[in-house]
Amino acid sequence: MTNALGERNVALIDILDRLLEGGVVLTGDLTLAIADVDLVRISLRALICSVEADREGTTGTGGRP
Amino acid sequence: MTAPRYVYAIGRAVDPTDLAGLVGIDGAEVHRISHRDLVAVVSVAPADEAALRSRLERLDELAVLAEAHHAVVALIATQTVVVPFRLATIYRDEDRVREVLRQRYEEFEALLDRLAGTVEIGIKLYVEDRQPAPAAPSTSGRAYLQQLSQRHRRRDEKWQHAAAAVERVDTALGAYAIDRSRHRPQAAQLSGAAGDNVLNAAYLVPAGRLIEFTDLAQRLARDEPALRVEVTGPWAPYSFTESDHGDRP
Repeated sequence: MTNALGERNVALIDILDRLLEGGVVLTGDLTLAIADVDLVRISLRALICSVEADREGTTGTGGRP
Repeated sequence: MTAPRYVYAIGRAVDPTDLAGLVGIDGAEVHRISHRDLVAVVSVAPADEAALRSRLERLDELAVLAEAHHAVVALIATQTVVVPFRLATIYRDEDRVREVLRQRYEEFEALLDRLAGTVEIGIKLYVEDRQPAPAAPSTSGRAYLQQLSQRHRRRDEKWQHAAAAVERVDTALGAYAIDRSRHRPQAAQLSGAAGDNVLNAAYLVPAGRLIEFTDLAQRLARDEPALRVEVTGPWAPYSFTESDHGDRP
């Protein structure tokens, strides 16, 4: 699943950088815009961290000092 | 018209014929809401707010929503200057969208003026770690530890060298651009790219100098053997929508 982000015509990961970090931020009536998209960012960050933790686990002693 | 509206972007000369047949989130037809010369590009929002919220938290669903949003913005951006909105901004009905256009009229006009005739270019710089990991412990544990510590020292030097190279490239590109902005570096597992992403930046560039700018980026990267460059775009100016009075956090 994770590699698919980089393999599209326009990479999804580059779209997400812009759609979750850029663009005009206004408080919509349903208040999805700020609070919940921040939740998405947090969950994405959690995902990234978990993948990174996996990598460090599998490369053993090769971690950065 | 009381259905909630999903807002993609704001522009001025958004030609209705450009929007004909264009669909956005969940296949909803894209249409315009105007106030004076400002036009909000919108579609009827998904009715179930809770469902939308949970879709935003699932990466596969988020991908579908983000691509639909991006496709609408990208198409309009090829026709006219736009101020793109962040994902998932929804208003109760058409009148509320008009009210926002009225309340923020000056701010949107200023942004549109600033962004007219520009494009956003993404530049990602990578450092590739070509050093193989030391093989399994050789003759002695002590030799292995020495090997490791040497490797760490080389790696530290390499990172310092790369950081300086990134600064040089960013400074040279920044001098050429109207503005620049940085995103968080991308995790290799998510991007599938080789190497460590050490710079994930966006530059706002006059549309007429797009080729010149990307050529410059390639040339600068060629002069820095430690770095690999990846150019993306042109994008609608997502990374340059901050205004003095915006409520961006």
